[in-house]
Amino acid sequence: MTLVENSNTKAHEEAAGSFQRSPRFMNGEAFNSTFKWLSIGSALFILVILGGFFVSLTVGAWPALSKFGLSFIWTSTWNPVTEQFGALPAIAGTLITSGIAIIIAVPLAFAIAIYITQLAPRWLRHPLGIAIELLAAIPSIIYGMWGLFFFAPIFAEFIQAPVIDAFENVPFLSTIFAGPAIGIGMATAGIVLAIMILPFIASVMRDVIDTVPKRLKESGYAIGATDWEVTRAIIIPHCKTAMTGAIFLGLGRALGETMAVTFIIGNANRITAAIFAPGNTIASTIANEFQEAYSSIHSSSLIALGLLLFIITFIVLAVARMMLNRISS
Amino acid sequence: MKRIFASLAVCAAATALTATSAFAAENITGAGATFPYPIYAKWAQSYNKETGVQLNYQSIGSGGGIKQISAKTVDFGASDKPLTAKVLEEKGMMQFPMVMGGIVPIINVEGIKPGELVLDGETLANIFLGKIKKWDDAAIKALNPGVSLPSKRISVVHRADGSGTTFNFTYYLADISPEWKKNVGVDASVQWPTGTGGKGNQGVANYVSQLKNSVGYVEYAYALQNNLTYSKMKNKEGNTVAPTMEAFQAAAAGADWTHSDGFYLILANQPGAKSWPMTAATFILLHKKVENPEAIKSALNFFDWAYNNGDAAAEELHYVPFPGSVKSLVRDAWAKELKTADGKSVYMGS
Repeated sequence: MTLVENSNTKAHEEAAGSFQRSPRFMNGEAFNSTFKWLSIGSALFILVILGGFFVSLTVGAWPALSKFGLSFIWTSTWNPVTEQFGALPAIAGTLITSGIAIIIAVPLAFAIAIYITQLAPRWLRHPLGIAIELLAAIPSIIYGMWGLFFFAPIFAEFIQAPVIDAFENVPFLSTIFAGPAIGIGMATAGIVLAIMILPFIASVMRDVIDTVPKRLKESGYAIGATDWEVTRAIIIPHCKTAMTGAIFLGLGRALGETMAVTFIIGNANRITAAIFAPGNTIASTIANEFQEAYSSIHSSSLIALGLLLFIITFIVLAVARMMLNRISS
Repeated sequence: MKRIFASLAVCAAATALTATSAFAAENITGAGATFPYPIYAKWAQSYNKETGVQLNYQSIGSGGGIKQISAKTVDFGASDKPLTAKVLEEKGMMQFPMVMGGIVPIINVEGIKPGELVLDGETLANIFLGKIKKWDDAAIKALNPGVSLPSKRISVVHRADGSGTTFNFTYYLADISPEWKKNVGVDASVQWPTGTGGKGNQGVANYVSQLKNSVGYVEYAYALQNNLTYSKMKNKEGNTVAPTMEAFQAAAAGADWTHSDGFYLILANQPGAKSWPMTAATFILLHKKVENPEAIKSALNFFDWAYNNGDAAAEELHYVPFPGSVKSLVRDAWAKELKTADGKSVYMGS
């Protein structure tokens, strides 16, 4: 700004002969403001797209929502023949598979993050970190194929069958672990999802743990605390919120995952308490049925499912952001 | 001088344009059923070589095909599920059958070879209803004396996506079993009482080959290409038939297309000593009021060509061509029903 003012005074202009920039600088100024507005426009564009998604989903879902009302959320019928649609089986399947994925992935991710930041020898830290991030680069369809052709048969024979037999006569657990050992179902989907979200949670947790001030950890070690004690008493309290954020980030991914889940969940629109039984998620129901939804109420119900997923994922990711941001403030 | 050239060029271009439109469009667009896609693609390729006309067919599924033709974004739609005369009337459309295929039950039971097991409609319905739970059930045993059946739970595999195959399969089960008709019904996707869903024919084939003691249903071509273990079926006359080209053709021969209303006919459970009970036709949909005569003429030329020259290619891909009598019925319908705004017939005969 001072340069612009300077260029207005003739004396300065002459004195600073080498300051031939002034015409060019004005161009630069014009360019700068264009650049600024372009950036603002692009940023606003994201908001417009986001809002547009919400609006178009709501419009598309409206016939179903107005026909079934809020009971759409807790109705468990999904019958294209009678045109009765309810989201409960898909919502339950989504929450159960994501829940299984989180239960498995979080302790593993935490252990990995602690190992990489605290315990691993320095030369191993970098390659190990990269290897974990590369897990995230595997396309989800590959996870699906691997799950169906390789993991599911092994899981059925060596885990499902023995587990079903073991709990056969235990009252509550016999229901949870019931069913034929076919290797395809909600448990399989949850486990494959766990592997898929592991790299996201682990790498965010690693970054979070890296923010723990060195002097805190070193004072811990100085008074003779073990690795576990430092982890428990210093690292965990310091990054509790941000770590929860990392978990929510993983959850957000698990909720929306489509292809891999569609391969291995068994695609059955039923609710059972048995985790080995085939089920369905919101995303896999849409992927399966959208193409061939003949009646308009069927496609509208699928869009309504999409709207529900959008809202759930949006909330989860917003919570994740809020919690992660606390670490920097 | 320049101007003369320019106007000449414009003239030439104009002539070229009118010349094309006088004949037919160079491009035909269609969308719909995935089941006939391989044969449509094959026909389109040969037709393109002979005539230079390009067929762009998007195999987006029957439901999508119906939507696209209703919205007039394509010249023709394709569906495995025929529309009823009433719906056709509402939409101002006509339909005709193009080619047929068979649906076969596939199984994965240790020690049982292709064609060794026999099932009937009632048993198949009860398996898919979840009422018959084990392979050594009395009903299956009665149909298969001398075959050793394991006392293992049956894993049912069905389509997870909406599909014309499912429509025809459930139509057959509902035709036989009142309980199926009442509790499940007939549609491209239904609320399955039991089982696991695979996406597409390939998905069902994958699940059945993965899961021990499973049963599913796929199109004949898939069963053949993937060497799946199919079962034989008892047909309407009580004869045991294997899924073969002859059995599908027998089913088609018994069908009464002449008296069908707008070609609404489903080939499930057709009479005839040799008929395969799960035969299915796939249909083409056109708007009766022709707004783009060139494109529709072009499309009809293609369908006519396929009727005349496409049978061998169809059989090669395990589709079943229609007998000549059905084809002439369709040609009559083209001439009678497809009219331009000024009431002229679009189809002039081949």
